[in-house]
Amino acid sequence: MNTKMKLFSYNLVDTPIHQLSGLTKLICFLFLTFAVMYSYDIRVVLLVMAFSIYILRVSKIQYSQIRLMVVYVLIFLLTNLVITFFFAPEMGVEIYGTRHVITKLVGGLSLTWEQVLYQITKFTKYASVIPLGMIFLLTTNPSEFASSLNGIHVNYKAAFAVSLTLRYFPDIQREYHDISQAQQARGLDLSHKAKFKDRFKNALLIIIPLIFSSLDRIELISNAMDLRGFGKGKTRSWYTYKKLTRADYFAIILSGLIFAGSLAVSAFINHSRFYNPFI
Amino acid sequence: MDKQAIIEFKNFSFQYYSQSEPTLHDINLTIYRGEKILIVGPSGSGKSTLGHCINGLIPFAYKGEISGSLTIAGQDTREKNIFELSKMVGTVLQDSDGQFVGLTAGEDIAFTLENDNIPLESMHARVKQVAEMVDMHHQLNSSPFELSGGQKQRTSLAGVMIDNVDILLFDEPLANLDPATGKTAIEIIDDIHKESQKTIVIIEHRLEDVLHRDISRVIVLNDGRIVADMDAHDLVCSDILTKTGIREPLYVTALKYAGVDVKCGMLPGYITTLKADQSKNKLRTWHKAIPPDTRCNQNPVVLQMEKVSFSYDGARQVLQDINFELRGGEMIALVGKNGAGKSTLSKLLCGFEKEDCGVIRYKGEDIKDKTIKERAEIIGVVMQNPNQMISKALIYDEVALGLRLRGITEEEIKPRVEKVLKVCGLAPFIDWPISALSYGQKKRVTIAAILVLDPRILILDEPTAGQDYRHYTEIMEFLVELNKLGVTIILITHDMHLMLEYTPRAIVLAGGRMIADTSASFVLTNAEVIEEANLKETSLYRLAQLADIPDGTHFVQSFIDYERRLKNR
Repeated sequence: MNTKMKLFSYNLVDTPIHQLSGLTKLICFLFLTFAVMYSYDIRVVLLVMAFSIYILRVSKIQYSQIRLMVVYVLIFLLTNLVITFFFAPEMGVEIYGTRHVITKLVGGLSLTWEQVLYQITKFTKYASVIPLGMIFLLTTNPSEFASSLNGIHVNYKAAFAVSLTLRYFPDIQREYHDISQAQQARGLDLSHKAKFKDRFKNALLIIIPLIFSSLDRIELISNAMDLRGFGKGKTRSWYTYKKLTRADYFAIILSGLIFAGSLAVSAFINHSRFYNPFI
Repeated sequence: MDKQAIIEFKNFSFQYYSQSEPTLHDINLTIYRGEKILIVGPSGSGKSTLGHCINGLIPFAYKGEISGSLTIAGQDTREKNIFELSKMVGTVLQDSDGQFVGLTAGEDIAFTLENDNIPLESMHARVKQVAEMVDMHHQLNSSPFELSGGQKQRTSLAGVMIDNVDILLFDEPLANLDPATGKTAIEIIDDIHKESQKTIVIIEHRLEDVLHRDISRVIVLNDGRIVADMDAHDLVCSDILTKTGIREPLYVTALKYAGVDVKCGMLPGYITTLKADQSKNKLRTWHKAIPPDTRCNQNPVVLQMEKVSFSYDGARQVLQDINFELRGGEMIALVGKNGAGKSTLSKLLCGFEKEDCGVIRYKGEDIKDKTIKERAEIIGVVMQNPNQMISKALIYDEVALGLRLRGITEEEIKPRVEKVLKVCGLAPFIDWPISALSYGQKKRVTIAAILVLDPRILILDEPTAGQDYRHYTEIMEFLVELNKLGVTIILITHDMHLMLEYTPRAIVLAGGRMIADTSASFVLTNAEVIEEANLKETSLYRLAQLADIPDGTHFVQSFIDYERRLKNR
């Protein structure tokens, strides 16, 4: 069970990435994500992707931890790829302003080099965000992250709520699983065989008990927190607080440079968000 | 040394705004510095409310009307807020999992210090120091999932001790612990009391378990009033326990059965102080006179597990080579530590998980290919917490749910639901909303909702956890009635009384293996099984030793047989 519990949550391993402050990782994550999201230059996107895969390796995340999420995202992206092609087969042509046909397909559709480049770029953009998200999720201690949020003057009650959510997430997940099994034994059909309307109604049969048992839990936890003095002062200290170190500043500057680089490539080299090899 | 009052209730009454009657009436109680007090009482007696008054949750979190006064260390609590009170009273709540706020043990222990803005270095040093006191200093980086129930409780204890409070308040510390861990918890509390001289207040209904160690005074609460304030010896000799519905220690019951007049001179409050010299003959005569129960279940076998093994991840075996047979109409206990494989075993039976190898047979037929839904019509499972199962507002709808999901017509559903509600004693409530029911009644609703599918085998996970003696008896007697109707019952439990009183046979799991399939009296007296299953030795065994009865297991069996006849089961 334990391996399952830790699937999506923070794992303590000693790597340079884990040692960075949660705040640093959030800032870097945002910088790098914006860098790839802004640019449609496949060269930039591939560079960032290579960089983030390298970081993934450095942080010693095992493939087994992220397999499920990778599979889901790939399925999503492939569907997206196919649908984009059928709904906007001439998007590439529109963007790049040229038309190099590779082959004609049925129904007046044709596959163009422009479309291929456009769709591959889009695919890699999304795909390069995944490793970044994984790194952030799996290497950040939620409490420490909360403390750094508080460090940049986010209200500590709001910051603590973030860490508390992550603390109870696995509990709720396990409870959902238990309730769902018990309800299935009573005859609940959650498979694809059930009609959509029924599936919605059936989901309620799990969610209602989940809400009631969570309400019990909330009463308990808020009592426990009151009894131990949560919320009495304007500030609080954090057991897991980490001061920003030189490595943190380095990481922030590095990702800031990558972001700036991505903007610069668009502004000065491509003169647009797109890289156009066809002209 | 002068006695110095630290907690003083004077003509204190309290009524929740949401209730029409006061929960506490005219409480007059003084607790002195350095005392160790046990507050007992059945559910609804007001003992938790009394605890909430001491730690400030009343009136801070639960609003209501207070009359009279409550002073702590000479200061009226109404002039204090919960934060000031929490500097004097440290509370360990009963659910040590739910109150675990940190992501690691260290963080949880530090929680109070964080809220006090203690700088980082001194915080880490103090956490380490307090963790050592409760022997948790090697687990500071462990998450709550990696800790056992006992370790979580010790973490909570460290979390309140770190503040150097004068008073430690334990709200039902034994409720979620197995017997062995519970015994250790009582020992830890006692050691802290001896070392620190703190004032300790324990709220519990499991009297005998708390009396494992010394208690200064026992306060008995019933219907919001104090009905007794005396030492353990006097209490056990009086008729107060029977009157208020609190279970008296088992060895006292045995002495009474044997015709011994239990007097204070025998020091009967604790099994360790009991002087039974004068009672030896009576005990021995009584023991010899009990004819053994020779009834033997000859019904056909309904359920078989043959060489069943299972693993979640393919690496660690959660269940290994499980073999047993269950005859129709049996009521057995499935025991073992947390993580021994009990819940996994029930999941295999219900089809939530599939065995890796081996066979499960129902009436001789392999049920491997039956779906969860089909199996539910043979084997029903009732979860521990009724709130985890109830998904409808009305009792009728809740019970009918399983049938409706099976597409059965309303005309057919009605008589079936009515019949089941009658069996469960819920017929008068058929149109009631579930929210109006008591916990015990809710439990019955969840059992009814399973029974309506007419399973022949019922698995109940800790059916009596957290219940006082009266509710425990109510639930168990109901299960006995069902059992008499022919339903075979498997109870997953830590409750040693339950095994003693209701399940003649027990299956013991340890580390995924079945280490015993034997009589309850053996399980409760065999040192090795007790150790493996985190149980503790029943006080009856010690009583047998005091009476020089060599075969303690036999003595326990006699007690069981005697009680069965007495209660006509």
